[in-house]
Amino acid sequence: MKKSELPDPFEKARESKGYGEMNDQDDPVTMLLRHKDVRKSAHNYKTFQSGAVPGRIVIPSEVNIRDTRQIPFEVDPPVHGVYRAIVEPWFKRPLQAEYQERLRSQISEIVEEALQKGSVEVVTDFALRLQSRALTLLLNTPFSESETWISWGTHVFRSEGEALDGDKANILYHYIDEQIDRASEDPGEDMYSVLLNSEFEGRKLTKEEVKGVMVLTFAGGRDTVINAVTNSIAYLAEHPEALERLRKEPEITGRAVEEMIRYFSPLTQMGRVVTEDAHVCEHAVKADSRISLCWASANRDAAVFENPNEIVLDRKVNPHVGFGFSHHNCLGATHARQILKILLQTLAQKVASFEILDYKENIEDLDHFQRKVGFHNIQIKFNPLTK
Amino acid sequence: MAKITFITSDDETITLEGTSGSVMALAVENGVPGIDGDCGGVCSCATCHVHVTPEDMVKTGSASEIETDMLELDDNADEYSRLCCQIEISDAIDGVVLKVAK
Repeated sequence: MKKSELPDPFEKARESKGYGEMNDQDDPVTMLLRHKDVRKSAHNYKTFQSGAVPGRIVIPSEVNIRDTRQIPFEVDPPVHGVYRAIVEPWFKRPLQAEYQERLRSQISEIVEEALQKGSVEVVTDFALRLQSRALTLLLNTPFSESETWISWGTHVFRSEGEALDGDKANILYHYIDEQIDRASEDPGEDMYSVLLNSEFEGRKLTKEEVKGVMVLTFAGGRDTVINAVTNSIAYLAEHPEALERLRKEPEITGRAVEEMIRYFSPLTQMGRVVTEDAHVCEHAVKADSRISLCWASANRDAAVFENPNEIVLDRKVNPHVGFGFSHHNCLGATHARQILKILLQTLAQKVASFEILDYKENIEDLDHFQRKVGFHNIQIKFNPLTK
Repeated sequence: MAKITFITSDDETITLEGTSGSVMALAVENGVPGIDGDCGGVCSCATCHVHVTPEDMVKTGSASEIETDMLELDDNADEYSRLCCQIEISDAIDGVVLKVAK
């Protein structure tokens, strides 16, 4: 098996019965594994709600470490739509040329540095830094803030083990509280200030609501972006023909990004709480139990994708659910897509080849399924392109 | 060369000309409101939804199975719905009028 390969642990269960079962802190989850069921259930917010107790739709559940409701993530329509409309324009800013140029110069600098060093540990020294610096653009905060975020390490909710860590999560929550207080006393043009000044149904957003949006922004785009960046580089290291193709046919870069998102599925699954007794895949699910929308499994469904376990760099029709689906689709997707697009362009322009020197896989324990999501660490040598 | 007319949700009429590529790409390049094309045209985001004028359906053809699957969960979709990233520009679609869904 290639080092960059992410095997699909769900195939058998998806094809035979369509669902899997997982225990999570004594709050079991029925995992939906088929593309069609995942999309339908994601759309059906009345039976499968997001607006449950804060933290419960996340797997592993964050009920014990979080009271703040993440917004708009943990709110159902129609109120969800009101919040979403407030934040949406801000999260579309990555489409602006100036934003992209600033992101390009950040990424260029990190790639140049890796080339100079020769070899780097990609998770901590490349992906975490890239993600943190890029987040200063999304939040419109000073670049120096990224140093604080980098110092938190790759996990904001977990210590080096796998278990959720309340103390670690508190570092993030306290930081956000401080930033909101600062913006409230001395408003600027950063995201905290913009949110504090936003109108919701005839009043300003409360500090708690602003915190809910900020926690979502920090948490949703951290491990996911780090894994996507790391896995992309590992893939290119083992597929020099793909790197060559991105050089010769830059017009396929957008498709390559979508295909990598499908294949890597940086977020394995997202939960919902069942509001009434229902059936999924002819399987009964009880009111107040949990289901999950398993994006990673849906993205390998052979009923939808030809050669699902291969990266087809220019896959033309690619209805993946890597950014989720329907009402709650990923708010940060515009930012994430720009990061990956500019990363692939920059690597194609500057790097001749890579060599994977050493690595430790990051395998998620999903009870009956073990899913590789990326790497805990991976040392890669960057060889410069000399023209 | 094909002339393509978009009618936005604010009832603004925008007529563009194109020779190749997708209708979505043409709309995004020219900033047609309501056509975002987030996924770049691979049929994964449904942010390029248009309603084709009924008499123009013969020119554009109807939605493919994957488009229909994407659209079936959209309350605003009907038999004239297309994801315009899946409509290729050619002389064959000259003169079509598309109503932007969003």
